[in-house]
Order: sequence, then structure tokens, then C-alpha cells
Amino acid sequence: MEHKQKNTFADEIKKATNISIARCYQCGKCSAGCPMAVEMDYPPSLILRMLQSNIKDEEVLKSKTIWLCLNCETCVSRCPQDVDLPTLMDFLRSVSLKLGKSNPKSKKIIAFHKSFLESIKNTGKLHEISLIASYKLKVFDLFQDVNNVPAMLKKGKLHVLPEKVKNMKSIKKIFSKTVDGKEKI
Amino acid sequence: MKIGFYPGCSLSGTAREYNESVVAIANAFQIELITISDWNCCGATAAHNINKILSLSLPARILALAEKDGLTEIVVPCAACYNRLASAKYHLEENEELKNEVTQTIELDYTGNVQIINVIQFIEKYILNKLEKKLEKTFLQKVACYYGCLLVRPNKVLSFDREEDPLLMDNVMKKLGADSIDWAFKTECCGAGFSVSQTETVARLSGKIIEDAVLRGAEAIIVACPMCHSNLDMRRKEINNYMNTKTDIPVIYITQAIGLAIGLSEKDLGIHRHFVPVNLKMETLTENKHIIENLVKTEE
Amino acid sequence: MARIGVFICHCGENISSTVDVVNVADEIAKIPGVVHSVDYKYMCSDPGQTLIIEAIKEHKLTGVIVGACSPRMHEGTFRKALEVAGLNPYMCEMANLREHCSWVHEKSQKTTNKAYDLVKMLVEKVKHNESLHSIKVPVTKTALVIGGGVAGIQASLDIANAGHNVFLIEREPSIGGHMSQLSETFPTLDCSQCILTPRMVEIAQHPNITLYTYSEVEKVEGFIGNFKVTIRKKAKSLDEKACTGCGLCITKCPNKKIPNEFEQGLGNRTAIYVPFPQAVPNKPVIDKINCTYYTKGKCKICEKVCPTKAIRFDQEDELVELQIGAIVLATGFDIKKTDFFPEYGYGKYKDIIDGLQFERLASASGPTAGAIRRPSDGKEPKTIVFLACAGSRDSAKGIPYCSKICCMYTAKHAMLYQHKVHDGKAYIFYMDIRAAGKNYDEFTRRAIEEDGANYIRGRVSRIYERNGKLIVVGADTLMGAVPVEIEADMVVLATAAISSKGSEDLAQKLHVSYDQYHFFAEAHPKLKPVETNTAGIMLAGACQSPKDIPESVSAASGAASKVIGLFSNSELSRDPLIAYVNKSAPPIFSTCVGCFICESVCPYNAIGHEEIKDRDGVIIKTIAYINPSLCQGCGTCVAICRTKSIDIHGYSNKQVYTEVISLLNDI
Repeated sequence: MEHKQKNTFADEIKKATNISIARCYQCGKCSAGCPMAVEMDYPPSLILRMLQSNIKDEEVLKSKTIWLCLNCETCVSRCPQDVDLPTLMDFLRSVSLKLGKSNPKSKKIIAFHKSFLESIKNTGKLHEISLIASYKLKVFDLFQDVNNVPAMLKKGKLHVLPEKVKNMKSIKKIFSKTVDGKEKI
Repeated sequence: MKIGFYPGCSLSGTAREYNESVVAIANAFQIELITISDWNCCGATAAHNINKILSLSLPARILALAEKDGLTEIVVPCAACYNRLASAKYHLEENEELKNEVTQTIELDYTGNVQIINVIQFIEKYILNKLEKKLEKTFLQKVACYYGCLLVRPNKVLSFDREEDPLLMDNVMKKLGADSIDWAFKTECCGAGFSVSQTETVARLSGKIIEDAVLRGAEAIIVACPMCHSNLDMRRKEINNYMNTKTDIPVIYITQAIGLAIGLSEKDLGIHRHFVPVNLKMETLTENKHIIENLVKTEE
Repeated sequence: MARIGVFICHCGENISSTVDVVNVADEIAKIPGVVHSVDYKYMCSDPGQTLIIEAIKEHKLTGVIVGACSPRMHEGTFRKALEVAGLNPYMCEMANLREHCSWVHEKSQKTTNKAYDLVKMLVEKVKHNESLHSIKVPVTKTALVIGGGVAGIQASLDIANAGHNVFLIEREPSIGGHMSQLSETFPTLDCSQCILTPRMVEIAQHPNITLYTYSEVEKVEGFIGNFKVTIRKKAKSLDEKACTGCGLCITKCPNKKIPNEFEQGLGNRTAIYVPFPQAVPNKPVIDKINCTYYTKGKCKICEKVCPTKAIRFDQEDELVELQIGAIVLATGFDIKKTDFFPEYGYGKYKDIIDGLQFERLASASGPTAGAIRRPSDGKEPKTIVFLACAGSRDSAKGIPYCSKICCMYTAKHAMLYQHKVHDGKAYIFYMDIRAAGKNYDEFTRRAIEEDGANYIRGRVSRIYERNGKLIVVGADTLMGAVPVEIEADMVVLATAAISSKGSEDLAQKLHVSYDQYHFFAEAHPKLKPVETNTAGIMLAGACQSPKDIPESVSAASGAASKVIGLFSNSELSRDPLIAYVNKSAPPIFSTCVGCFICESVCPYNAIGHEEIKDRDGVIIKTIAYINPSLCQGCGTCVAICRTKSIDIHGYSNKQVYTEVISLLNDI
């Protein structure tokens, strides 16, 4: 018997991540143990419910939640139904970016990730100063952490010059094949 | 003996002292660390937040290079890098299609046969049984071993220790004579990569960790992750501001703890690079050591 | 000469909508040997059966084929019809034109052809059928009930009251099971022991019941109506006849620090002990594993003080052989302990307890005389958090099923707590409230509306201890999944119900099926909930799946009725479609060479040895012997016999080959 194609977001999720959101029976254990739940607009189990309802996809993709999740893996380690929330969050994040629906309040977090990847794309290894510089340019927070820089330098914890991977071509190729300019890195 | 080594970006930069202490104890126990040639960043948190294939390709490149170097086992002291590399290995093993896509992206041969171990497994496997002979000092205080998230979760992928109330780092500290306490925040998240973009979150989460450790009488926190160390140490001012406290409990790496116990200098171990000053009382074992030596002589 | 009658059923439209039944009947009539071939709407109906009976008489039929549904449905019906008509019932064969044909194919000529072939095969087969008679097996009218909990007690009383002898065996020193550990029962809040102990005393005093406590099943042999069961009566170190139950030995025993199993580890007992004051029998046993005399050779105080000299240190286990007709399995259940939960502390927090431990605290005869007290410091808890679904409905922990009783007993616990500690606060973290029994939902509403229990819908992520309190970190999913943190003095986990310890071993001994959770398997989930697939062995109570007391009692009475029904026959009938080893004249006696490979492959342990002796009793040959009471006719031995010495009545090699060849030759 053929299943009728429903083409819901849930189907897309299943296809991309093999996660069956129908498995969630809303016990709330994930939300209870999530360190970021108090800061989120929708705690993790509520995100699952919204996806199950099939009428709140927009809100999910626009939520602060998906960017506040820090992949600590606490939720999945306790979920009685083995719902892989961290992988789901990764997927929701990439869809949110692709569709340009990310929450403006999550701008700083996204900017940080993008600056990080920019640094890797340029040198293959992280150069903290470029990361912070690029980040500050993105979020216009020029004074954050400025106080720490002298101490870090004194303690030898910051490279002034970047350390570079020799075969940068291979790194650039990886970036062009994956990120592909869509996320504008 | 030799073992492959993946330092990762943090050990080269902000967590320089972790690198120093790993190298110092490796030398002390005659272990040669062979750094993977031309290694790249594993992608850390940023990559998997943005793009799935990128987040698998960057670690896969590292593992492929390790294979090319002829390394069968690599130690990854940074818990985040360890988690990324082990996850990539696991997912590529589980999914043939994914493996092909990633191998094509990195344009390198990849078999997935490199063994990835974290710093605690490294200590257990290669150092623990030789430790007693080299012990010169012992810890006098209570310590709280802080594992963080990425060393033990997800258990399905890492198969390392218990997800709740892990004990392997505590076992190491006990061998150093420390009273490793039972406390409630061993694996609670410190705030991870939000150090810059959401500093207040780090202040809140790391603050809770420090509060619990101090409440139970810990006099030092032992860590095995540079990000956790940074959040608990470098961000102490922000934590104290947020929590309205003045805690000064030091945070050191497990490798530094071992280094101190076997008599290496604080300078070699990078202790001076910490933000929160480290004043740990240690008892010298010299008298006992003589006795042990004598015993050995008579038995011969 | 064969005179075969063929009856093709339409089965309403079930068969006729895809198979051209009229055509099949017409074509079959052309086969040599078929003297009567008709079709009819409903063969299983009264007129349908009459058709067969009349035809047998009128056409002097020697064999009957009914092309209809599966033989599992109506083979019995049609065989009875043959009997009524005076023809041996085993001259009837059924062709399955429904489950094997019309229900699995589309309507087409091919389908009709297949139906024709199915009937044709059996027409040829029945020409070689022989008259068979059912095998009569005697019945021993004595029952064995394994397990002395409320289900075992009920079953024993029912069977005994019907006039039959019962042996009730229980592995603990006393009967009563978990029900005797409970404080009060839902939904009436009856005192559990008050309603149970009268039944327990009835068992002890019933003339038809023999009670063996501290005993287990050692071995089971035989078959329905004729079991031979060996019971191991573990040594109690006591002469039960001499013991008066005065209890002096218990008061004088110096070894007082053994964790008490009945109190679920919350209290201690002595080495010589009675599990609880109302125990039946009220005679102590000596715990050999912990007793000072047995472990170190010193003490023997109990022997010195006993006024009737009843202590017997040299007593050994005794093996008793019983002849049993039917067995009732009533071994009950267990619950997971608190160490099963990593996120709740791996059992290291003394003030996190399970449901049975709470029952013991609440019980007037418990370790705290019914006062709710923290096990860690003995203080009265002012806040208790109850966790429902602890371990149940949790695939990640390997227990995906619902344990059924926890919603009800958690409500009960909250109510008992509120009744005993008026200023106490009870919180219950739940997922659903399953209260489907009579007066059950009203009971749970009472807990919420009258007794003030705070129900929070959500599960608890973790519990840790801080400053002597337990921090419970849960969520309220009905309020948007907000995290909820409660500082509790005590936590009660409603842990998952699991099969009783040793279930797998016992099932293996009895050849009873069980599922992956080691709950015993019922014969049919809907229609045979109190029988197993092993003839003569019935199921009662929570050993089949988690149940509450009324359900266990109902199941026990149901199982008892099956036993009583069995015993109402003086002998049992078995289908004669079984295997047999051929016998022939001397000097060969049988083509069987005595290799006994068949014995090792028989799944029912039905094959033994038969000695063929001469007149002086000297053994000439030992051949295989198939027990007609045990053989199920599976044919494994027939297939494996190297000398082709085994055949099956009703499915002989010749009959089966004839079926196959009839298909290969176009008739």
C-alpha cells in the first residue's frame, strides 16, 4: 500500500534527518532539563508540538529557540522516545537561514557562527582576533571584550598573526562545495 | 610510545596552557605526540549550526589526514573537537551515502579506522598505571571534577563513562590523593560557545556550576575542556557580577593536576596563564617515596 | 471403491465474489470417485450441515470434502456432521478456499483454477484416509497453583471449593505476595491486609488445599491431565509440626541487622524470621545465607530457647513428587528499583523511594508504624514529589509499555500522605491519568479536588540533592513546557512493573511461552487471556501483564474455571493426527534402528524409548516410541527419520505424495 505524499514539514524533516516527530509524546523531559529553556521563546518540547501541529512552521523557523540551543545533548540523553533534538535543531537552523527567516534577536549568535566560519575559510584554523573583529563589524558592538584583550595577549593566549593551513586550496574547496555562497560567508 | 595528536584551534591559542600541560605530561611519561600534518579546524559549534556537510567534512579531512600519516589512534584533548571528530566518524559509519558525499567533498581517502580518544581515556590507557611510581606530591583539598556536556554525551556515539554522574575523571584525581567530591553539576552545560555572543548566559550557567561546587566545599575545579575552562575561568568577573559573589575557586586542567602531582613546574604547565589565581596546597611525598623505594630494594 | 462427496461453500460472498464456486463444483464432479458435488451459500449453517448428513446417507459416501474457510474455523463442525451421519469424522477434509484463495487473490479464471486444484488435491488424498479414533487420556484431578499472591490464593480457593485437591506452592516463607505489603487498596482505601488475611487463613484451613511455602518448582514432566511435578521444599531448619509459632526464637535471635525484604529494605529483620506478623503459615524459617550458625558455626540460641525443640539445623531440602492434572501460573510481578534511574541518582539518595517502599512507610505494620518519615534522617517530609511513569512508557530504557497500576496508586499515595500529614504538600508529575476501572476516575479526581494533590503535567528531567533537600527539575507542559523546580523532602518514584524474578527459568521448565519482557504469553490476546499455549497450564494475574487486584482476582477465577472444566471430564480426548513408529512382524519388529535422532528434534519431548523383549524378558531391540498423549503431529520426526520408520495418521507419506502428484498430473 502506498503512503499518500503529504508534503508536510514533518516529512521533510524525516527525509533529511530520519527523525520521526510523531514519536514525541510531549512528556516535557527535554524542556525540564534544557539549560536554555528559561531564555527561549518556545521550550524544546513545545517546538516539537508546534511541528506536530503542522500550522506553526513559520513560528518555529522564526524562533529564538533554535539559535539559543547550544547542543548540550542533555535533551536526547533523557528523552524516553529517543527523539534526536540536537540534530533536529541543526536542521531547523539551516532551513531558517536558507529561507531567510531567522529571528532578528538571534542576530548576534548567527553573526558569531558566521564570523567563526569566515575565519576558518580564510586560514583553515581559527584566528581569534579576526573572528572578534569580523563579529564586531557584524553586530556593531565595538566595546565588548575589549578589556580582555591586553590580559589575553599578556598571557600568550592570542595569536597576533594567524596560523594557516598549508593546503588552503582544499579548505576553500570544502567551503565552496558546501556552504556555496548561500549563507553569504 | 607514540600516539597521534590533534590539538585543535583552542589549544594553539586561548587554551595554550592545556596544550603545554598535555605535552609536559606526555614527555614525563615518554609518550611522543605526533601532530596530524596540516590539520584544520574541526568546525566546532559554528559548522554544525550552519551546514551539515561542512560540519562533517572538516572533521573528516582531519581523520583522513591522520590516516594518511599512518596514525591508528589519536588523542584529542579538546572535548568539543573530540565530540565533533567522534560524531563525524560515527555518522559516516552509519550512513554509506553520507560517507560518499563527504569523501567527495574533501577529496581524500577515508576509511574511518582511526581510533579517537579523549584526554581522560588517554590518561587511563597510557599514564594511570605508571602514575604511582612518579607521584611526588599529593592534593590535600576537595576537588570538583567538571566533565561538561561534550565528553559524555551522546553516549550512543561516544560510549565514554556514564552520562549522569560520570566517574572516570574522579578516579584519576583520587589516584592523585585528591578528595574528589560528589556534586550535582558534573555534566551541566557551562554555556558553551556563547562566551562572546551571549555572555550573560555563560555567567548564569557557569555561575550555577561554581555555586554548587563551592557549596559542597570544593577548593578547585578540574576540567578537561578548553571551552569550559574559559567560561569558568576567563569569564569569572562576569560570573561574579551576575551572581553577586566574589568566588575565587581556581579552575585547572586534569593534565595540569597530574603535572603538579608528578612534580613538574607550574611554569611548564602554564598555570600562570589562568585568570583566576591558582593557589593549591600540595603535600610532598618524599618521605613515603623513600619507604616505597626501600621496599622495592628488599623484595628484589 | 471410493464414493466422495464434495461441498463447495460460497461463504456468503467471501469466496463466491472471487471464485466461481459453481464452476468448481461442476468440474470436480468429473473426477473419478466423486459421486456427489454441490455448492451452497453457507456450509457451516444448520441446513448446510444437513446437506452433508443427508448426502452421506443417500449416496453412501465414504469421504467428504468441504471447500470453505480455514479448517481452524469449522473443521470441528463438519467432523461432527460426519459423526451424526455415522461416518468416521476423520474421513472429512477441508479445502481452504477462503484464507488460501479468495481472500488473497483478485477475481479471475486463475483464482477459480486454484480453487479447483485445492479441492482436487484433497479428493485424491481422502481416497487414502483411514478411520481414526480420538485418543483418550486420563485426568488426575489435582491442581498445582504456583505462586501464593492474591491471584494464586483466589485460584486455589476456587478450585478447592469445586471439590478438587490443590497444591499451592510459594517461594517466600509466607503467602500473601505484594498485596500483603500494601497499606491500603484503591479505590476503596480498604486496609489491604484486612481483606487479604481472611483468604490466607482460608487457604491454611481448607481441607482440599495443601500449602507448601518456602518451596519452588524443581522439574515438570508429562502433559495435560498427567503432569509429574517435582517440588523442592527448601529447608526451613524447622520441624513445622513441633513449632507452635510462639515467636520466642525471633525475639532472642542476636542477628538483627539483615535488610528486611518484606519492608523493601526500609527495616531490618533477624536471621530466623517470619516475614510479617500475619504470615501464613506463622512459622519461622532460618535464612541460611545470613544466619550466624550457618555462616560461622556459632550461636544456636534459637535452638536453646525453643520450648518445643522445633529447630532442626541438620534439615535438608526435600524433593516431593506430585501427580498433577493442571497447573495455574500465578507468580506475580516485581517493580524496578530506584537504582535503575541514572538521572535520579542511580539509587544513591536514600529519600528517593519506590512505590512499594512508600506502601511500607504508610502501613501501620511497617517500619515506621504508618508514619511517613524520610529514610535518611527519620524526619517527617513536608513536601513530597511523586513521579508517575518512572521507567514505564520509556523505549530508551527498554520498557515501552504502560505499567497500568501506577496512576491509581500514585493518587492513592498522595491521598494517604495528605491524610497523615495535614500541612504536607504533595506534587505529582504525570503524563496521563489512566484510571479506567470502576470508580477509578472519581478516585483520582478526589485526590485532586478534595485532598489537594498538585498534579503537574510533565516529566522530571533530573533530581539531585542539595542541603538535605531533593531538587526535582521537571516541566509543566500544559503551561507551555516551562521548567518547574521543586525542593522536596522526599521523592516517590512510581517505577515500572516488570516480570517476577526467575520467570524465564520457570517458563523454560514448564515449556510456556513468554515475551521479551518475560511476561508469560497468553494463548490468544483477546479470547484466551487465562490459558497458555501449553495444554493444561493456565495463567492468572500479573505474571501475564501488569494488573491491579480486581483484574488479578478475575483472571484467577477464570483460570480456575478452566481447571475445573478440565477436571469435569473423567478423561480427555485428543486428536489422533499424531506420529507413530511402524511395527512389523518378528524378526524385524520395526524398521526403526534406534538411532533416536527423532527424540532429539521433537519440540514437544514426545519421543521416548520402547524396549522390545522376548518371552523371557530379554531385550531384543530398543526403538523409538512416540507418546500419543504428547505428540502434536508436527511431522519433524517423520522428515528426519533416516529409515522412514515414522508416519503420521491422517497425513501419511502416501496421502501427502498423492496430493502433490495429483497436482502434477493433469486430471
